[in-house]
Amino acid sequence: MSLPGPKPRSNLEELLEGIWKQNPVFIMMLGMCPTLAVSVSAVNALSMGLATGFVLSGSTLLVSLIRNIVPREVRIATYILIIATFVTVVDYLIQAISLAIYEALGAFIQLIVVNCIILGRAEAHAARNPPLRALLNALGMSMGFTIGLLALGAVREILGAGKLFGISLFGPDFQPWVVMMLPPGGFFVLGAWLLFFNWFNRRKTPVASDKPAQGHAHV
Amino acid sequence: MSAPPRLDAPLPQPASSTAMLRTLGLVAGLCGILIVSAYQGTQEAVTANRKIALERAVFQIIPGAQRVDEYFATRGGLVPAQGNVPDGAVKFYAAYDTAGKLRGIAAEGAARGYADTVRVLYAYDPVRRVINGMGVIYMRETPGIGDKIATDSAFLRNFQALDASLGADPQTLANTIRVVKQGSKQHPWEIDAISGATITSKAVGRGINDSAGRLLPLLVPHLASLKEAR
Amino acid sequence: MSSPLTELRTAPHVKRNLGVERIMSHVVLALLPIAAFAVWQYGLSALALIITVIASCLLTERLCNRLGGVASTLSDGSATITGLLLALTLPPAFPLWMGAVAGFMAIALGKALFGGLGFNVLNPALVGRAFVQAAFPAAITSWVPAYAPERFSAFVPTTWTLPFMTPPDISAWAKAAVDGFTGATPLARWKFENVLTSPIDFLSGAVTASAGETSAILILLCGLYLAARRFLDWRIPVAVLASAALTAWIFQLMDPVRYPDPLFALLSGGLVIGAMFMATDMVTSPVTPLGVWLYGVFIGVLTMMIRYFGGLTEGVMYAILFGNALAPLIDRLTPPRVFGHPRLWSRS
Repeated sequence: MSLPGPKPRSNLEELLEGIWKQNPVFIMMLGMCPTLAVSVSAVNALSMGLATGFVLSGSTLLVSLIRNIVPREVRIATYILIIATFVTVVDYLIQAISLAIYEALGAFIQLIVVNCIILGRAEAHAARNPPLRALLNALGMSMGFTIGLLALGAVREILGAGKLFGISLFGPDFQPWVVMMLPPGGFFVLGAWLLFFNWFNRRKTPVASDKPAQGHAHV
Repeated sequence: MSAPPRLDAPLPQPASSTAMLRTLGLVAGLCGILIVSAYQGTQEAVTANRKIALERAVFQIIPGAQRVDEYFATRGGLVPAQGNVPDGAVKFYAAYDTAGKLRGIAAEGAARGYADTVRVLYAYDPVRRVINGMGVIYMRETPGIGDKIATDSAFLRNFQALDASLGADPQTLANTIRVVKQGSKQHPWEIDAISGATITSKAVGRGINDSAGRLLPLLVPHLASLKEAR
Repeated sequence: MSSPLTELRTAPHVKRNLGVERIMSHVVLALLPIAAFAVWQYGLSALALIITVIASCLLTERLCNRLGGVASTLSDGSATITGLLLALTLPPAFPLWMGAVAGFMAIALGKALFGGLGFNVLNPALVGRAFVQAAFPAAITSWVPAYAPERFSAFVPTTWTLPFMTPPDISAWAKAAVDGFTGATPLARWKFENVLTSPIDFLSGAVTASAGETSAILILLCGLYLAARRFLDWRIPVAVLASAALTAWIFQLMDPVRYPDPLFALLSGGLVIGAMFMATDMVTSPVTPLGVWLYGVFIGVLTMMIRYFGGLTEGVMYAILFGNALAPLIDRLTPPRVFGHPRLWSRS
């Protein structure tokens, strides 16, 4: 986490923050549990990304709106209440939109409530920024999370089923890589993407330090 | 990021109890309104979705069916389903064709599989007293191995005429429906497992056996009342 | 280099000219007869598979060298050995593209990610095999008959499967090629049909198996050569084979109808080649004298447990990988006693 520079970020930078520089999946490594669990197909990954994005944006906006009237002592209780509310709402919404997706995502919809991106953003950003900036940041983070999930889901679906978004890519003779649909496949693909991002970032900015700029994984 | 806490900043004033209660109460009220309105707003669509999903599942295993009625089989007889399943009752679905004639009965069975619970819907033919269809509603079994229960044609052939007649004691099935090693099926109440996916195959058999064992003793004496759609 | 008149140095003063390259070239030499026998049994398909897997390993090694910005390590021969061993553990008619995937995974995932030779925790060849076992469970259990009459004039149809495509069903082909071919390995036939394969078939190599696991005698001879030259620790294969045989013998005593004799346990599957060439990998096995015995016994017993109680028919691969993972722990628990120091376990 960098100290604030002299120049505040522009709105565009605020939006782009979560997509690349602070990508929740590849850079901050937050929300690993849903990332690994539901990324077996692109549709699941996209649905999970959108659902999380809805909760993140909604709760961030609300937290930012009431940030001045929430006493410090009860702020965590307030945030949890708000996040739980949006998770419940999104739970109903997904059921109304598609039961198939609801069944495929299973308990991971309800588990959005413990996704640490959301509480983390509420505490670290929304509680200290005006609504517009908070919302922009949340939208960026949501997009970053969705892109991360999609990157995993697409690779796992292509290799594991020969399809992308349910559309067959290689014809009926394709040999599925069963392991990609299993939990180890999630770890393999995530590892490969992290490798790629670290390699790419290091190429762009040659750092003297040998340590990769990596946080700890959270579930 | 945002402004870091400054060491020389004055400590924030502790909030008063009323401020805390007021904020929490306000937020809780707001959240309550959001949840209730989301529930009200989506309830209709969710119910419709569930009905469509149920009908699709039932029509798949009972050919010729056009409508589905939900019932509870209770100790006192069959009652149209409403609300939660009462104690000791079993939920089932009666499927009718366009003319309103009973085509078959469907019910759900569930048992622990390899990765998670496997939930199946099976069709019961009230005339031949056999189970004549099976479809998977929910599973998380290993792709390429366990999930073959939904597609393996040899396995699905087990459910064309699986014996489910009641025994001399009408409170139990005449024979326990059980899963046997692939290729060793000898009796009409046995299910040939998929080799390599024995645990999942057994879950299907156990789920059907448990469910049919509870449902059929309650259902069979009252079958006549189901002959026509309600 | 000009040497000073007096050179002060600590021991050792006498060194053997024994580098990685020298060891590796001897291991390759010891593996060649086994590979040649595999080609003799299974023909062109096995040859193409061995070449493909080795090539894939070498290319991956070079690629990882380049990405890591280090000098080429191709000449140390370790990638060649990984490829050769890996190919010998695969079914002889394994599609070549899957063999290439296995080789890539063996080097990239099994070795390069850990930092290259000497840093890997698990045996790279077995990492490659474990990956394709998980990814292509059907293809890796599709076997072909040994000594098919046309093995030197035609490939098995699965060999040249197009990349990313499902290999064709060869049961009809195999039945036509060799009469009475069942398509199951001796271990699978024992487990599912309770049929024991005769030791004569094992010794002549007329069994259905992975390319290089059939001839126990040849593998033992090649291993003996390496052991005699001190390139492998003889205690590991002895511990693995003895403990596996002992386990099999105990089970047979308990239930002679259900469990096969120790000889069958030793000859079937990949136990001998695994014990000789994979469990003995210097990087991934323990170094302490007691630890080596523990490690070998652990692998031998676990192999038999997987065979007898697991869902899979063969357990050597996972047993060795498990043993590899435990090796650092075993080393820590079994330090040799230093003269004058108390015993490890008497420390409070």
